[in-house]
This record gives sequence, C-alpha cells and structure tokens, in this order.
Amino acid sequence: MIDISTLTIFSARKKLDSKEFSVVELVKTYLDEINRKNKDINAYLEIYNDVLEQAKMADQAITRGEIFPMTGIPIAVKDNILIEGKTATSGSKILKGFVAPYDATVIKKLKSQHAVFLGRANMDEFAMGSSTENSAFGVTKNPLDPTRVAGGSSGGSVASVAMGGALASLGSDTGGSVREPTSFCGLVGLKPTYGGVSRYGLMALGSSLDVIGPVTKTVTDSEILWDAIKGQDKMDSTTYSEDVYPKNKNSKNKSLTIGVPYHILEKGLRGDVRKNFDESIEKLKKLGYKIKDIKLPNIGYSLAVYYIIMPAEASSNLARFDGVKYGLHIDGNDLLSDYLKTRGMGFGEEVRRRILIGTYVLSTGYYEAYYNKAIHLRQTISNDFQKAFTEVNAIALPTTTGPAFKIGEKASDPLALYLEDVFTVPANIVGVPAISIPSGSVNDGGVDLPLGIQFMAPHNCEELLFEIGKKFLGE
Amino acid sequence: MAITKEDVKNLADLARIEIDDKETEKMTKEIDSILVYVGQIKEVKVTSEKVVLKLHNVMRDDVVTNAPNQYAEKILRNAPAREKSYLKVKKIL
Repeated sequence: MIDISTLTIFSARKKLDSKEFSVVELVKTYLDEINRKNKDINAYLEIYNDVLEQAKMADQAITRGEIFPMTGIPIAVKDNILIEGKTATSGSKILKGFVAPYDATVIKKLKSQHAVFLGRANMDEFAMGSSTENSAFGVTKNPLDPTRVAGGSSGGSVASVAMGGALASLGSDTGGSVREPTSFCGLVGLKPTYGGVSRYGLMALGSSLDVIGPVTKTVTDSEILWDAIKGQDKMDSTTYSEDVYPKNKNSKNKSLTIGVPYHILEKGLRGDVRKNFDESIEKLKKLGYKIKDIKLPNIGYSLAVYYIIMPAEASSNLARFDGVKYGLHIDGNDLLSDYLKTRGMGFGEEVRRRILIGTYVLSTGYYEAYYNKAIHLRQTISNDFQKAFTEVNAIALPTTTGPAFKIGEKASDPLALYLEDVFTVPANIVGVPAISIPSGSVNDGGVDLPLGIQFMAPHNCEELLFEIGKKFLGE
Repeated sequence: MAITKEDVKNLADLARIEIDDKETEKMTKEIDSILVYVGQIKEVKVTSEKVVLKLHNVMRDDVVTNAPNQYAEKILRNAPAREKSYLKVKKIL
C-alpha cells in the first residue's frame, strides 16, 4: 500500500526513481481513491480511459532513465485546458461534446516530462465564480466538510488534490480562482506572473487577467510544477522572455521586508480571521522578516475595476460560442434565432449575467464611464504597487475574508459572491505573481476550517514567493 | 436605478442571448446592484499618463505553418452541422 496522504511530488519522485513503487501502482492507488470519493465530492467530471497506458509509458521512461521532475506524477487538469483528443467543456453545457483538436502548451510541456493526466476537473462555468456552484455539472464539495464549497473557480482541481485523488493539479486564475479554493481546502495555490505561463489551449475568460497556475500540497511542489509549465511561447504573444522584468537579486543574503496594507483590513474581516492573519505576521517576524505598514491608496477600487474589465473581456471572448463551430446547437427558425436559442440555453445564469454586464460597459455611452475609467484606474493601482515594491520585497494579505462557506449560502446574491474576491483580484489587475499558503484554521460551526495567507511579489519574482512560503511552512 | 428592464432586453439582443421576461426582471435587479457597486469608480479622479508597455506585438510572416489537413478534420468534427469541409448554417440572404 502506498500512503498517499503524506506523498508529495518531491517525495514521490524519489520513491518512483528508486522503484519503491511504480507509476502504475501509484496511479492505481489514486484511481481507487477517486472511485471511493469522487461520487460525493464531484471533483472530477471525467477520468480518462488511458490513465494506465500513460502510467506504463511513464514507467518505461523511468526505466530508460528519461526522468524529469514531473515524470509519472498523476495530476488533474481543469476542464478549460485542452488535451488533444479529450473532451473539454469549461463546465458548460454549450461545449457539449467538444473534443480538443490540439494540446495546450502547458499540456505539451507536461507530456514531454511524462506526467500522467488522471482526468478533467470540475469548475465554475467558464471560470466565472468563486464556489464551483456555477458549474453546469453540479457543485464540487469541500473534502474537509462536504456541506461547504471547495471554492472556485478551480474547485475541482483543488478538491481532487485535497481528497487524495491527485498529487497536484492545474487550475486557472483570473481573479483568484486558484488561490481562493486552495485557501478553502488547506493547499498551496500559485498565480504566476501574467504572461509567465502560456495560455495557448486555455479557454479564455479575461484575456488581460488569465493565467494557469499549479495546485499542490507544498510550496516545494508548487515550484516544481510551475517550473515545468512556465516560459515564453510563440503561440501566446503575451508570454515574456526572461529579460523583460529585472530579476530580484540574491534575496537570500539580505533580510527581506514584507509590506502589509493594514488600511484595507480594517473592515469586512471576521475577528478570528484577522487574528489568524496577525499571528501569521508574528510568525514572519520570528522568521526574521521585517514587517512594514504600507499604503496602497487605490487598492480598494480593485474589485470594481475587476468586475468591469473581466466581464467586458468575457463578453468578447464568449462571442465565439454560436452553435456553428462547436458544441451545442439549438435549432431556431433562422440563423439569428439559432444564435439566440443556443446561447440562451447553452450558457448558465452567471455567464449570461456577465456577458450582459460586459456588453453594457463596452456599449456606446457607457464605455468612457466604465471600461475606459477602469483601464485608467487599473494603471493607477499598478503604479501604487510599483511604488510599494520600492519599499518592500513582498506584500502580504489574507487570501480570503473567511473560511469556506456553506453550499448555497451566497448563491442568491451574485454581488456577495463577487466580494469574495476582494483580496485576490489586485494581483490579477496588476499582473504580479501571488501565492496562497495554509496559515492555520478557524472554528466555524464546530468544524476546523483552513485559512490561507497570500504573498505577492514584483513581476517575475516567483522565486521570492517560494522562498517566503517554504520558510513559513518550514519546508 | 442604473439600468432598466428595456436596457437589459436590449443588451440580451445585442449579445445574442434569448432570455424570458421573468429572467429579464431578475437580471435587471441583479445587474443594477452590480453596476451601482462598480459605478463607484465613476467619481474617482485619475491622471491619464501614457505608459510604455513591457510587451510588444509579436509578428510572424503570413505563411502556412501547418501541413495540409493537419487540423481541418479534427476541427470540423466538432461542428454541429457540416457539409464536406464546410460548416453548415441556415440561409442568410
């Protein structure tokens, strides 16, 4: 028996290479666990039928000595990332039966390392949501307390790892969709720098915000998976070459300063959540970090800016779903009614809502007041961050305002659910990397639920986040 | 009210999404509260300075980079309706 509860990518690597167990044995253990748990949790929408073949090929690669950090590592993939020949639906009915014609760049990279793809993970439809309640295929439950949400939109990716159904997974983060669920499930979630990981083969939500990120149990694993998927790609012109952003120089040799914008923590944060955050800050001080109270004067507008820019981009990106090229087609009297019916019935409620909001903020008469203003304010917020990073090396915030909430608790009020993203959207607005790391737990309704602390660093300074994260978790 | 029922109906037409009356009503309320929230930025003063972006357009020569029919069949197989190697739609004119 393989004890997967304590297994990490890092420790599995050693055991696979020393033949303590084979990839096939490891993968079978995961498949058993998925069999036992997925019916209740609904993390996976599909388990691929070639998992054991993939595992055999990885075993052969190991025997040949063709070993990479991800060789034979079983992972889950969010339903909006393409794997050639496999179904991908972005959690939507409108993509019913869609089979990916090519591999996403991240998949291509992982295939070249002989990673094993177990299946596709549930998500909020087109990544619109913070709870996976917007999936057309049912909510993903939190493995730590099945009456609660796993978070979202990468809820399936995160729950698959949290329930012991994968060693790691890929999610996507447009406004917090990797960090919020990892915080809710006690895992590590990284949102890489915008343009740090290719989105070729990722279904677009907000193109100026989207990035693919790893979901893992440890910071060490996060670095391994990030390292495997990152890099410039000619298929995604927003990816950058290594010389675009100045590198943080040998941070390990000097004492680092972490900034905390205390002014935005004053309201909206539960007492026990604030206490948990303050304890984390104390821990950082003990670890030798200097803490500095900083001001980010316009950060309070991030959420409003985000909920203008993201729907605007989403409404444009989702125009391609027309019942002609792929997916669902509902027949009407003429071409126009084909469109109206296909999109009306194929898209779920939240998607319809955001397309309408996006259409509104981009329409004549409102463009200047909403979209254009949001673009300017986005730059102002970025300038604030840039200024802050001249004084501090990293910025710390709680990942969320509270622990995982009950299924249905926020389902009737879309705005309440949007407010969930208040601490995570700034990193997407500015494009900087951010990581969520488990920071202990709070008791809620008699259950201990995990919380996360989030660190942000300047563009292309993921290494700094890993360094702080490893120290924080004692890795 | 930032938005009316008629506005929402019009937006739905523009976005090619069919919604019924009941949903239009519900959407109007919800979208209104969201627009009121995001509308807070309307009052903010921002300076519109020019910013030099770090990333630039990536161009390549306009030449065929794939083999003949490398993707065509895979893409067409996803289409709800096709005729030979064409996507099939209803008559437009």
